[in-house]
Amino acid sequence: MNLDFTPEENAFRDEVRTFIKDNYPAELRKAQDEGRALTKEEYLLWHKVLAKKGWVAPSWPKELGGTDWTPTQKYIWSEETARADCLGLMPFGLSMLAPVLYTFGTDEQKKRFLPGIYNGEVWWCQGYSEPGAGSDLASLKTRAERVKGDDGKEYYIVNGQKTWTTLGQHADWGFFLVRTDPDAKPQAGISFLLIDMKTPGITVRPIITLEGGHEVNDVFLDNVKVPVENRIFHENQGWTCAKALLAHERSGIAGVARSKRNLEKVREIAGTERSDTGSALLADAFFRRKVAELEIDLSALEFTELRTLAGESSGKGPGPESSILKIKGTEIQQRLQELALEAVSHYGAPFLRDLRGSNVSVGPDYADGLAGEMFNGRKTSIYGGSNEIQRNIIAKAVLGL
Amino acid sequence: MDFSFTEEQSMLRDTVASYLADHYDFDKRRAVVTKEPGWRPEVWKAFAEELGILGAPFSEDLGGLGGGPIENMIVMEEFGKALVVEPYLGTVVIGGGFLKHSGHAGAADLIGGIIGGQNILAFAYAEPKGRYNLAALETTAKKDGAGWVLNGHKAVVIGAPFATHLIVTARTSGGPRDAGGISVFLVEKGAKGVSTRDYPTVDGNRASEVYLENVSVGADALIGPADGGLPLIEKVVDEAIAATCAEACGVLRKLHEGTLEYTKQRKQFGVPISSFQVLQHRMVDMFINLEQSISMTYMANIKVTDDAERAKAVSAAKVQIGKACKFVGQNAIQLHGGMGMTDEMAIGHYFKRATMIEGAFGSVDHHLARYEGLSLGQAA
Repeated sequence: MNLDFTPEENAFRDEVRTFIKDNYPAELRKAQDEGRALTKEEYLLWHKVLAKKGWVAPSWPKELGGTDWTPTQKYIWSEETARADCLGLMPFGLSMLAPVLYTFGTDEQKKRFLPGIYNGEVWWCQGYSEPGAGSDLASLKTRAERVKGDDGKEYYIVNGQKTWTTLGQHADWGFFLVRTDPDAKPQAGISFLLIDMKTPGITVRPIITLEGGHEVNDVFLDNVKVPVENRIFHENQGWTCAKALLAHERSGIAGVARSKRNLEKVREIAGTERSDTGSALLADAFFRRKVAELEIDLSALEFTELRTLAGESSGKGPGPESSILKIKGTEIQQRLQELALEAVSHYGAPFLRDLRGSNVSVGPDYADGLAGEMFNGRKTSIYGGSNEIQRNIIAKAVLGL
Repeated sequence: MDFSFTEEQSMLRDTVASYLADHYDFDKRRAVVTKEPGWRPEVWKAFAEELGILGAPFSEDLGGLGGGPIENMIVMEEFGKALVVEPYLGTVVIGGGFLKHSGHAGAADLIGGIIGGQNILAFAYAEPKGRYNLAALETTAKKDGAGWVLNGHKAVVIGAPFATHLIVTARTSGGPRDAGGISVFLVEKGAKGVSTRDYPTVDGNRASEVYLENVSVGADALIGPADGGLPLIEKVVDEAIAATCAEACGVLRKLHEGTLEYTKQRKQFGVPISSFQVLQHRMVDMFINLEQSISMTYMANIKVTDDAERAKAVSAAKVQIGKACKFVGQNAIQLHGGMGMTDEMAIGHYFKRATMIEGAFGSVDHHLARYEGLSLGQAA
């Protein structure tokens, strides 16, 4: 047991740091600094730089473009990208769909879809949740009926509604869970379909969230015709794919490196803000204790994640213990957002979103948008399997209760 | 010991509740706060003329209804339930409070204008580097002949875009954060040298940055004693906190009720999610938070008139309310799941207001520290 980095690992850290410094897109940095909503093209700028370098999909198998990094190298990578405030890569294709494709897809499907994901040419979205199927995902009702087309080929005709589809407004393709056997038990009648979002019958409608942003969408499917060869894995066995994907969604959700960076930001803010007595807020006994507690909790999360990663690299796979990472990771993210908002006191109130980029200055720049982030951040304990569902998973699958 | 309301007080509550039910539903409010000017002067006019509630806490001599903090509490709780954005707190509770307690020569006329709906006041006390310390003032007022000249920058003045007058706290002598040397002024918003930058706030209110540049006011602009204004400010802010606690009770009640209702009709795994014990216990804890908040709000509004007990009672209530706003607000969203995250459902709007009340006139930490000092004495 030791926590030291080898000389090779330190050299890797230097290489990553230098690469980011020399290659992070300047126009993306500017857009992030202004805090405005990014365009589709801006979202993909950093992705494309990394694809060219060969670093866009570290976890994929080596022969498909993975980097074959050790868990320590992946850890260093996430630390350095968070430290430099790099935009997170859109996970829908890279880390949600791709593992399903390379685990369950045919050679032809892998050849057809993985390059577009890798290069950032195709934007994917997720069609899982439905208005009546959230925590109880397996009760989904979107129906896919198999028919023979006029061209003699087989198709699914898909009807239903998906919801909470993140950034679906930009999507070229979507991966959908649909019901192919309405008479089977809930989990047994589901299939995993890839659908071209330009297919007639698809409508994407924005959902505005409480902080005023447009991030999620409803997706309506009205007699959408999908070739049978767009199904991944066997008919009625899509739940196997779905479960594999959800486990991946959970393990990335701890966000340790990002939280470390945000903790640093809270410290910076509290170093500038004044307390009631005129000292730095960070010198205030109440406030500094909350910062210290968060640091300790974050450290506990970090070492739990490192233990999980070490287990993964020795072949144990992300087990149900990854639910711990989801619960603690999201709680810490939310507490950091609350603390940042608390730090700026009165200047948490102004709502300046529509005035951004127009040289309007009300209060310190770092206060702008903190309330919105805190409001929006409530989603993290709801999505990807709510924290209540994660506790059920631990109770059943880990503790055997 | 009696926690019941008088017949007049119950009537006041019914009048406000029934007006708001007819004129202030969620969709109407949402349409108003998202566009200019962000409030409805006609609603204010109705408060003054139809309901007569702008006189609730003023004596009958002044043309009011003869009430006090309990009447403010009743109005504010109903306002919390409907997320009312019209400036009752700034005008009636705070502006009226300063005028009433100061013995200002023009108070009767100015209060008459408040009751009639013509005078709208906003409280310009916070400053960019002052946090919650009411004495941390960089805004200055210098004696100039019989009058004064004001200079400074006031931060996030709630309701200032609607206001006709500003109540401005300023340093007239002494050093930064000294308790002495503070005075209060009534400044017409249209006065020469007053400029504002107006903006919406995240909870649907409107506020301004207020800049005072060589603003000349007469001797009659001074409210309360020169240099000795801090006790008056503390008294009025405590009244404002007691009223804000009442607003919070209305907000918390809606958060709790809305969550009960939603979890009873939302089905997952073939049953209403309200049947899950873990969610039942959460809703019980939300309920306990609500009940404790109501208790502390009553306590604070009863004791706010007693200068010996006031500060401790109000800070204690604000600590309870701050904690409840966090717990009830966040869990209301959590139990609504994705639906709680949407702008179209009311629950998120109550959550946002609850979050802002958490920090209004001092965070939990601020009031805990103040309470500690009052109850335990200063730490060694």
